[in-house]
Amino acid sequence: MARIDLKNLAHSYLPNPATAADYALRKTDHIWEDGSAYALLGPSGCGKTTLLNIISGLLKPSEGQVLFDGKDVTAIPPQERNIAQVFQFPVIYDTMSVFDNLAFPLRNRKIPETDIRKRVEEIAEMLELQDVLQKRAANLSADAKQKISLGRGLVRSDVAAILFDEPLTVIDPHLKLLLRRKLKQIHSRFKLTMVYVTHDQLEALTFAEKVVVMNEGEVLQIGTPQDLFENPQHTFVGYFIGSPGMNFLPCTLQKGIAHVGELQIRVNDATEHQLGNCELGIRPEFLKLHDKPQPETHKVTIKEIEDLGNCKIVRAQLAGHSLKIKVPEGEEIPIEYGYLGFPPEWIRLYSDGRLIESSSYNPAQQEPEK
Amino acid sequence: MAMVIENVTKLVGKECHIQDISLQFEPGTFNILLGRTLSGKTSLMRLMAGLDRPTKGRVLMNGKDLTGISVRKRDVAMVYQQFINYPSMNVYKNIASPLRLAKVAANEIDRKVHEVAEMLHIENLLDRLPAELSGGQQQRTAIARALIKDSELLLLDEPLVNLDYKLREDLRTEMREIFKRRQSIVIYATTEPLEALTLGGNTAVLYEGQLEQFGPTVDVYQNPQTTRIAQAFSDPAMNFVNGNIEENQLQLGNTPKVPLQKHLCNLAPDNYQFGMRPSHLQLERKTAADIEFQMNVNLAEISGSETFVHLDRQESTWIVQQQGIHNYQIDEQVKVYVDPTQLYIFDLDGHLVGSPENVVEELT
Repeated sequence: MARIDLKNLAHSYLPNPATAADYALRKTDHIWEDGSAYALLGPSGCGKTTLLNIISGLLKPSEGQVLFDGKDVTAIPPQERNIAQVFQFPVIYDTMSVFDNLAFPLRNRKIPETDIRKRVEEIAEMLELQDVLQKRAANLSADAKQKISLGRGLVRSDVAAILFDEPLTVIDPHLKLLLRRKLKQIHSRFKLTMVYVTHDQLEALTFAEKVVVMNEGEVLQIGTPQDLFENPQHTFVGYFIGSPGMNFLPCTLQKGIAHVGELQIRVNDATEHQLGNCELGIRPEFLKLHDKPQPETHKVTIKEIEDLGNCKIVRAQLAGHSLKIKVPEGEEIPIEYGYLGFPPEWIRLYSDGRLIESSSYNPAQQEPEK
Repeated sequence: MAMVIENVTKLVGKECHIQDISLQFEPGTFNILLGRTLSGKTSLMRLMAGLDRPTKGRVLMNGKDLTGISVRKRDVAMVYQQFINYPSMNVYKNIASPLRLAKVAANEIDRKVHEVAEMLHIENLLDRLPAELSGGQQQRTAIARALIKDSELLLLDEPLVNLDYKLREDLRTEMREIFKRRQSIVIYATTEPLEALTLGGNTAVLYEGQLEQFGPTVDVYQNPQTTRIAQAFSDPAMNFVNGNIEENQLQLGNTPKVPLQKHLCNLAPDNYQFGMRPSHLQLERKTAADIEFQMNVNLAEISGSETFVHLDRQESTWIVQQQGIHNYQIDEQVKVYVDPTQLYIFDLDGHLVGSPENVVEELT
């Protein structure tokens, strides 16, 4: 397995890119750790497949380098990169048995047949394919075929990385859970460097140790699911991760106070800022709605209540801005007007869309609320 | 004045797609058909629209029998899962097309196109072609075209299913606003309980071509008449455990017996199936009366703001829905706590006997 360095990487499908918008992948400089599981997540057109294809070698980047364990592989074709790939649709040999399909990548590398048998059986057991090993692949269900594809990707223990491109799309919903569990187990057992592309946030956050959130060709944050939820580095991450997404209020900042129109909201950041386009961000689950005025609450108009069964989503109006508040099941919601508290430890401040670091939550100082 | 579906059955070959369904929808109401794939949602809509003819039964609109009358002669609009627009027409012409066919005056068409385009936030895209739009914008165009006519009947068959989840979330909230002010009968098919709850109105739960329950959405959610309805109308699915009540004590599975409280007190001694919503299960003890289960973590799924912990114990599998992000290892042992006051009670045939006190007022 290998560490993957992306050095000043950028890609444009145009011959002479001029502006940032001409790039499918904007300048990216990251180190992906050996043995870690990464998911690339973002809306369609965000550049995640472009980045995956650059790592696999299917696409040569117009700028920058890709290094596997320090070795520049930018100009090396996919078949010489020592990677395994699993695609959206099964890629298998229909006329071969399941065993021969799984053994194929190993036989190609002239591994002794006794070692092959051992490895194939190990992978077959993990994927629950033992009973069909001698069957011809052609007669199996779509799910079983995709499991063989996964198995072919996982069978070599010497690859630098395994790349997955939406591998569970064709899988039946109730089997998805099973395969997600398998992939996680396989990762923790073999400590493989895995890169997984998906547009499904549940899949990305469940699978990965680190999620790479992308939008408009830019990597906006690489973090654990908890980081993305508690400390979005960019307003897009706050919006995209979580349902409903984070609330944002345009504001100006002055010594620990965010001014939203006439309102003053206390924040945990006393730095003297001279920044443009500031926004105060807070997640719907952290806002506190009261029926009577409390210290440091602000009067809001209740516009609409969506009862989702296990919680209610309240849409409220504050100083001309719309906010969503997530209220736990069983809590009363005031009629017409309410008083809204902004716990300072859950407020994040943004300038031009990016997190102002001094406003971010510091786990060493505070315990999150349960 | 309403649409009445009267003992409608639809057979295709020997297969029964719709089995003896009767329903009534009032003008100005929003109605959801909730059920899994192949439960009969699309089949029922096609019968309502007049795209298919029922094998038995009648479809009446405002007292008039429409069974067998072609869709062309009915006042109906439909939105499908796939984004269907006229590829050679721009957004304006796509939206205007039903009014043009109806020979409405040009200035009236213009006014209405701008009105619905504004409502769906596509007023700046009017001169684009469908191919130049994102999936979300294409579906907004299709919805605008369905809305412009003020049809008596508006059918939407899983209109958001092919959109990215964030777009789905945004449009779902808007839908509620859009349909609020209409006089049409709106019928909306979905597989997702969350979508039904967000949209409100009434919900009809379908299962294998049969109508299981129909009523105000929140009522159906709070008082599912059978375990099957509870399963269909819970996402993640409701958890179940067998148990019994005897001598004023409750026993769930093989856990220690506990005294009866609240809504459980009225139950006759017997064996029951107890249902627990994933959001009602806890991984920390909340009250002394909580019943403790030892379980094994199958997988923790993370949605962004919530964690779904899949658990198993002997042959049963449960899901716990937690707010926020929590980490669990596969095959970690955890303790799960059940608050008896939040139990749904079903008899062994799966019929609802009681539901938690905060919703128990009237069982029909």
